[in-house]
Parts: sequence; structure tokens; C-alpha cells
Amino acid sequence: MTDLTNSPAAGVPRPKHGTLLTQDARTAKRNAAEKRFQMYGMIAIGIGLLMLLVLVFTIVRNGAGAFQQTFITLDVQLLEDKLDKNGNRNIEEISKVSTFGYSPLISQALEDKVASANVQTELSGKQLGDILSKSAAATLRNFVLRHPETIGTTVNFEFLASSRVDGYLKGRVTRDSIANDKNISVEQLDVVDQLVEGGSIEKTFNLSFITGADASDQRPESAGIGVSMLGSLFMMLVVLALALPIGVAASIYLEEFAPKNWITDIIEVNISNLAAVPSIVFGILGLAVFINYMHLPMSAPLVGGLVLTLMTLPTIIISTRASLKAVPPSIRDAALGVGASKMQSVFHHVLPLAAPGILTGTIIGLAQALGETAPLLLIGMVGFIASNAPDSLASGLLSPNSAMPAQIYEWAKRADPAFYERAWGGIIILLLFLVTMNTVAVILRRRFERRW
Amino acid sequence: MNQMTSVEKKVNTQDIKISASGVQVYYGDTHAIKDVDVEIEDKTVTAFIGPSGCGKSTFLRCLNRMNDTIDVCRVEGTILLDNEDIYDRKVDPVQLRAKVGMVFQKPNPFPKSIYDNVAYGPRIHGLFKNKADLDNIVESALRRAAIWNEVKDRLHAPGTGLSGGQQQRLCIARAVATEPEVLLMDEPCSALDPIATAQVEELIDELRTNYSVVIVTHSMQQAARVSQKTAFFHLGNLVEFGETGQIFTNPEDPRTESYITGRIG
Repeated sequence: MTDLTNSPAAGVPRPKHGTLLTQDARTAKRNAAEKRFQMYGMIAIGIGLLMLLVLVFTIVRNGAGAFQQTFITLDVQLLEDKLDKNGNRNIEEISKVSTFGYSPLISQALEDKVASANVQTELSGKQLGDILSKSAAATLRNFVLRHPETIGTTVNFEFLASSRVDGYLKGRVTRDSIANDKNISVEQLDVVDQLVEGGSIEKTFNLSFITGADASDQRPESAGIGVSMLGSLFMMLVVLALALPIGVAASIYLEEFAPKNWITDIIEVNISNLAAVPSIVFGILGLAVFINYMHLPMSAPLVGGLVLTLMTLPTIIISTRASLKAVPPSIRDAALGVGASKMQSVFHHVLPLAAPGILTGTIIGLAQALGETAPLLLIGMVGFIASNAPDSLASGLLSPNSAMPAQIYEWAKRADPAFYERAWGGIIILLLFLVTMNTVAVILRRRFERRW
Repeated sequence: MNQMTSVEKKVNTQDIKISASGVQVYYGDTHAIKDVDVEIEDKTVTAFIGPSGCGKSTFLRCLNRMNDTIDVCRVEGTILLDNEDIYDRKVDPVQLRAKVGMVFQKPNPFPKSIYDNVAYGPRIHGLFKNKADLDNIVESALRRAAIWNEVKDRLHAPGTGLSGGQQQRLCIARAVATEPEVLLMDEPCSALDPIATAQVEELIDELRTNYSVVIVTHSMQQAARVSQKTAFFHLGNLVEFGETGQIFTNPEDPRTESYITGRIG
């Protein structure tokens, strides 16, 4: 017995420490495990980066085309006897001429162009007209109505080419793929080829994709994301105006003033749970409450904004509370110690210190709301074609509109592949917005972060 | 020893500023302060000493109701400040804290300029009429905290950029600027080096001419150096309270003797 108690390692051989210059088996094994783990980590990061690269590459490759559009330059004779028979330039009389009155002018201009460029073709002016967008006559008419003084002269005008011609120049449409296409024929492509050589057909930067409105199924070439961008903007205004004050007030109360008891515990748990509720649930809630019960207008950015506010609130509350918690209690003590009231200590000291965190949370919440599609499906902001930009704040909030992600979804489900390209282009714009907002959030956090 | 006698000499009887009787403090189920009676005199430095967790900081925080911010904390008994019960229903702790200032263990200047740190109290209490008035208040507070010469050229530099000792003196200036009548100090030197400690101690001795100072300290030498009265806390009880010289040279209670000779603590 005494033997055992005297030597604690009895029965266990005392370990021999060998030379330090070589690793023993155990150390080697441990080091190998560490190396392996580091490798797993690097592989994981590599896979992540690779996927990101593939994603960005695919988006840019598929979407870049939407920022370029094919235009055909024509010299159109605006014949006075067709557009303004009385010759007194009365806008009301001119506007009685419908787009059908303009189509022959454009056909004529095309024929002239084909003749002057020495293009060999047997197609008539009307058949040639198919290489132009269906919106060509309307575009010309709008131009004439804005500038009635040009009637009787010949104007040099850039018309949108049809989406098939545009696709042909971008490589989306080939001579083989149009075998069964009623909208364009091989002969028309021959004409296009020759006009491209002559410099009359060109791809240029497409500003109207960024600023314009959506267009009908028949003319994807004139569809733009601008109006739905405004719809998104108005929704974000609503979200910012409601979610920020409500969220910050709720967090300050919960974090600084509310007694800690079971009621606040339940509220806390529920706020965290709300953050995880699928957004479509908020959508159907918005449909039931804001539209069916409160009778707010369908498809209006105001309703969209209200729904997204509900969705963003938990995010803002959680991040605001986290940044309030991160303010050291010694600052609160210091303020109370010199006789500041609770509210003074919060508003003079705690809130300014928490502000960068609150801003970051808000921007991230907004970015999340900006990309949200599902709730918009339910309140009718998808599938509505807004043809005009809203002219005032009220109409921006109350008149039907779409939103960027909803517009993208809408384009992606249309049949014409030309819309598919626009969906990718819309994704590029949406991502640019999100990247910008997140960058601003990071910069704000870096800039205003205080250390103590 | 020489120093201690010199301190002893200064002691003279003063009016009672704070009078606590039968004070009990509970943190939830824990009974942190057990039936403490103590009388704190005006224009005197009173030191609270005792081992960690003995309740001296808790008791100090009762004196300006900083414990109110702790949900589970419950205070019983009466604490009279100038014969007014500070735990009376009608008392607003905010008003109380303007009268009873506090300096904390860790220097905690606001992340603002030195000037704004000191001016904050006067601003929220409306103690000045115009800018020049406020400038005077700030200057005199910084002078009383013996930091004016070091910061007068950079009043608008951030207070957090000062050294630890300077920060603590800035915090004292901040507390003094609101013209309190009692100054509570919770281990004000525990985060400071010996030189800064000496400066703060010197300052405390000067502050005594205007204020009643209550200081919690872990250092018995410090208590002996700066205080005229000393209270020894142990396990939530006030074991002994008396003249500092008396406590350190001739304690009545054996527990006090054990503590100051280093046998418990």
C-alpha cells in the first residue's frame, strides 16, 4: 500500500522524453491533424470563392447584353400631306394621325436606305419593316408631337431594331434557329448583314434599359427597368420612414427601459422568431390587412413598403439592440453619476455610440427588403406593366407599380428569350444597388466605430 | 507613521452629512449588506475598507441610489442626507445624484472632448448663464481636479485620449463641475500607477475642504493616508467605524485587526 501511495505513477511507466530534434509519433499525428484541418478550411473557402466567381461570371455574361441595344439609323421624310393636311401645325390635328399614318413613312425610309446602300433584296418595304421594333411608329409619332416644326423636313432618326435582329447581332439568334420563326426570315437577316456593313445598323449603349418602362410581350427590345426602380425607391422610402423610427424606439425601450420580466422575455423571443418567418407570410398578411381590410390600392408601393417594413423591423430591432448592448455600461454609469436622467444618458451618450451599428443594421435590412420578391407576389406588384414614371410623391406611393426583383421575375417567366437577357441585366442592376448599400454600411461602420 | 499622525491632527468634529441606519441590501436572495449604521461627516474623508465582496461598494452605491439601476437590488432601512430620507418616494434619484457625485473605479470619460466631458453636468443641470460662465465652471473644475495645466491647451481633444491617471482626474473634474455636496469614490486609484495615485490622493485631501468625500479602497495604506474616518466592512457587516488613526493603531474588533495585519482578506 505504501508503495502505491508513495509513487503516484505506480504501474504506469514513466514517459521517456526523447530528443527534441525529431518529432515523436504523437506530435507528428497532432501536427498532421492540424494541417488536414487547415486544408479543409482552405478547400471550403476555395469552393465558396469558385462559386462566387461562377455566379458573377454567369450574371455578367448573360446580362451584359441588356445594356447594349441595336439601333437602325434612317432618314425619314415627314411628309406634310400625310401628317398635317391643313398645314397649320395644330397639335390636336396632328395627334389625330395614328401610328398607322407613320408606318408608310418608315417603310419608305427603309426602302430608300436599302436602295442607297445598294442592298440586294427582293423584300418589300413592309417586309423590311419587320427588322424594326414594333414600337418604331409610336416612337416617331411621339417625336413629331413633341417637335411639330419638323414636319415637312427629313429627319435622321435612330429606331430600335426588333429583338430578333438585336439577338442576331448579339449571337442569340442564328440563321438555323429561325427556321420556324414567323417574326423574321433569312432574307431579312441578309438585309441586316448588309446594313451592318454599311454602318446603318449599330449596337450602342442602351440608356433606356436603365431609365425606361417595361414593355409588352411583343417588343422586348424597348423594355426597361427604370420605372420599377422608382417603385423600389418609393417602397424603400416607406420602409426607411417607418422601420427605422419604430425599430429604434422599440429597441431602446426594450434594451434600456423595459423591466426584465416574462412579458419582455416573450416579446424578445418573438422578435427573434419573426426574423425567421418566411417573407411570403408577411405578403399574405399584407394582402389581408392592408388591401382587403384597409382597402389600400393594389400594387401600390405604399402597400409594398408597409409589408417590407413588417419584414425589416425584426432585423433592425435585433441589430439595434446588439449595438446598444455593445456600449459599455461604464458610460451609462458615468452619465447617471453626474445626475443625468435615464433618457439623457441614453440620448446623449448611448445612442450616439450605437449609431454606426444601428445604421449598418438598417442599411442591411433595407438591402434585404430591396431584394425581396415573395411578398410582392401577393400584393399584386408582379405582372403589372407600369408604362409611365410617377409624376409626384403621392402618385409614386399610391399608383400601381412594380419593383426591381418583381420585374426581374416577370421578365424571366416570359416566353421570348430577349426578355431573359433583360432579366439578367436587371439582376446586374439590382446587385449593383445591393453591393453599393452594403459597401456604404461597411464604410459607415469603419468610419464611426469608436474604440474605448 | 509620521503621515498618519499628521492626518489625525486635522480631524475636527463636523456636522453629520449622511446618516444611515439599519440599512439592508438584498441582491435577489443574497443578503449583501446586513444592518449597517454609519454617520458620515461633512468636510471629511471617510474610507470604506474590507476584503473583496464585503459590500463596501454596494453600500457606497446606496448613497446616491446607483443601485436603482440594478433590477434585483432591494434596499431597506433609512439613509438621511441633510436629514432628508433619500429613499423617500418623493425623491428623484436624478436630483439626488446631482447633489451626491460619483467617481468610478475605471476611468470612464465620455468619448467626447475634455471640455464637453466637464461641461456635461452643468449643461444638463443648467448651472450657467452664458458661454463665459460655462468656460469658468469648466476651468475651475479642471483646476480643482489638478489637471488644468495638463489639458488647458487641448480642451477640445477627446477625453479618451488622455492617460489613465489623467482620465481619472478628468472624471473627478466632471463630478466636481456639478457642485455636489458629497463625492463618492469607488476605488478611484485601482487602475492607476503609483504616481497617478499620489496625485489623486493629494487631490482628495484638497477636495475635503469643500466636500464630504467617501472613498472605497482596497489599499489600507491609502485609507490611512487620505481618510479621517474609516469603516471596516466584512461579509456585509459594518464591523468597526471610527477615527482612522484609532482603527489602524488600536482596533477594537479582532476581525479588524486580522484584516489590517493581513491575516484575513
